[in-house]
Amino acid sequence: MTPGDILVNVQGVAKHYGEGETRVDALRSIDLRVHAGEVIALLGPSGSGKTTLLNVIGCILAPTAGRVELDGDAVFDGKWLRSDLRRLRLDKIGFIFQAHNLLPFLTAEENVSVVLDLAGWPAEKGRARARELLDYLEVGHRAKVKPALLSGGEAQRVAIARALANRPRIILADEPTAALDSGRAQLVMDLLRKLATEQEACIIAVTHDEKIFDRFDRLIHLRDGRLVDA
Amino acid sequence: MNLAIKDIRHGLFRFVLTCFGLGLLMTVVLAMIGIYNGLVADALAVVKAPAADIWVVEAGTQGPFAEASAIPADTRDAVARMPGVAEAGAITYQTIEAAHAGKTLRLYVIGFEPGRPGGPQRIAEGRSLGTSHFELLADRKTGLVLGDTIRLGRDRFSVVGLVEDAMNSGGDPAVYVTLADALSLQTALDPAAARVQVARGDQGIRPATVAAVIARLEPGADVALLTATVRQWKHLAALSQAEQEDLLLASVVDRARRQIGLFLGILLSVSAVVIALIIYTMTMEKLKQIATLKLIGAPDRTIVALIVQQAMILGISGLGIGLALILLVKDNFPRRVVLEPFNALVLTGIILVVCLVASGLGVRAALKVDPATALGG
Repeated sequence: MTPGDILVNVQGVAKHYGEGETRVDALRSIDLRVHAGEVIALLGPSGSGKTTLLNVIGCILAPTAGRVELDGDAVFDGKWLRSDLRRLRLDKIGFIFQAHNLLPFLTAEENVSVVLDLAGWPAEKGRARARELLDYLEVGHRAKVKPALLSGGEAQRVAIARALANRPRIILADEPTAALDSGRAQLVMDLLRKLATEQEACIIAVTHDEKIFDRFDRLIHLRDGRLVDA
Repeated sequence: MNLAIKDIRHGLFRFVLTCFGLGLLMTVVLAMIGIYNGLVADALAVVKAPAADIWVVEAGTQGPFAEASAIPADTRDAVARMPGVAEAGAITYQTIEAAHAGKTLRLYVIGFEPGRPGGPQRIAEGRSLGTSHFELLADRKTGLVLGDTIRLGRDRFSVVGLVEDAMNSGGDPAVYVTLADALSLQTALDPAAARVQVARGDQGIRPATVAAVIARLEPGADVALLTATVRQWKHLAALSQAEQEDLLLASVVDRARRQIGLFLGILLSVSAVVIALIIYTMTMEKLKQIATLKLIGAPDRTIVALIVQQAMILGISGLGIGLALILLVKDNFPRRVVLEPFNALVLTGIILVVCLVASGLGVRAALKVDPATALGG
């Protein structure tokens, strides 16, 4: 696969909760394609369906209808087409959270290598890859430190390293800069963009942070579960 | 990477404190098992001490432990002459209270004939009874030491030997005296009471009666035949050693045994609930981390292993602490606490099963958690 190929292909995806008078349409016939190397933002007011769409792409939430393809593989078409969704997430998707969500009982290095451990990498190789990523993200000197002792910026970079550890081609970020000041937010976005280019990955981020809008290739607006502008 | 160990090390102090709390509970469980064993061992100690093959007692009774029994002391001669009997001895049992060193001792007095069956099997310190009167052998639990003297009835006795683990089913430590002294202790009246009896015309002459006659048989002798023969003498009954032990357990300690057994069951149930609550709470505190693990691709077996391993480590550590504590304090219990390796092994098995079942609640909560919980701050 070469840069520019479609990594995320969402066709006619809909998701509703409840029935009858209590029915809430979280997503209505969403079509979205994201290419390798692209960095896109999902924007919209609260309740517009951003997180629901992120969950659908992340194979966490089954849509009510539609089709989802990830990295060329159809994963949903009216129903899940694969039973090993966690393995799929482990191999193809990296998650970056608003509050970094590092495991407090593991060091920075272990937080990164745990993904590789789950993926079946040999321990030594996993540790080497974790150190490589932490060094790349300039937090290698904090490798043996637990999350409670990391600054917000350091913790977020460790979380990015974890998301990238197994070389996923799809990175989903939920408010990745919400806990960072303006300067660090710009740095993180620059870093994500660089990684997207180097690893031929795509990045889909939910954000409200206007200061980093210029770092995205596309801004996709949602309102009441519909794409209103791309 | 073992996530369970990493998590424990992260909150080591809290985990150790939890283990210690559980350990205290295990100490109580082990103490109850030990007391239960001690009760049985104490009850059987007095029956096993004479190493008899048959017990000859009063007809129509199940003496001398389950019921009172009184037979003529010379029954011993009749039993000793029976074919197949190697040796026989008369024996008495009574409980008395005696003052010593400012304290009141409750003693189980065993009267036996030195040189005949009925005395202790082993003397831990000192010597056996060497004279006909006023010497005694005491269990260490009495607190008496060699050379001590103690007043029993109207006479003062010297401690010439110490024995171990000799007590009745109530836990009262035993002292051994000669049969003659024991009979005197049973029948001798206070001087004032004796004067009243003499004034009433009582000459004070009573036939000597003992609680039982015990016999050791020659190799190959038929216990059933001998007991059947004794029963033909209408005024006597006979029990084999095994029957006497069963009788004691069934009638004397059975209720206490069942009570302790029930209490043990309740304690184990409480332990199971406590372990379940601890594991459940530990899991609930980690739900967001578990959601994160699921989101990044951890399979269910990793999540289950995290919880079950912690439950097992908690249970085994608690049991280890409980064992260490009970071994440290068991000799300070008023009643004997007897713990066998088998008990620890069985309790380990029970605790492992309890931990496995108890962790089920936590596992259920963890498996139900939605990975999406990890998203959204």
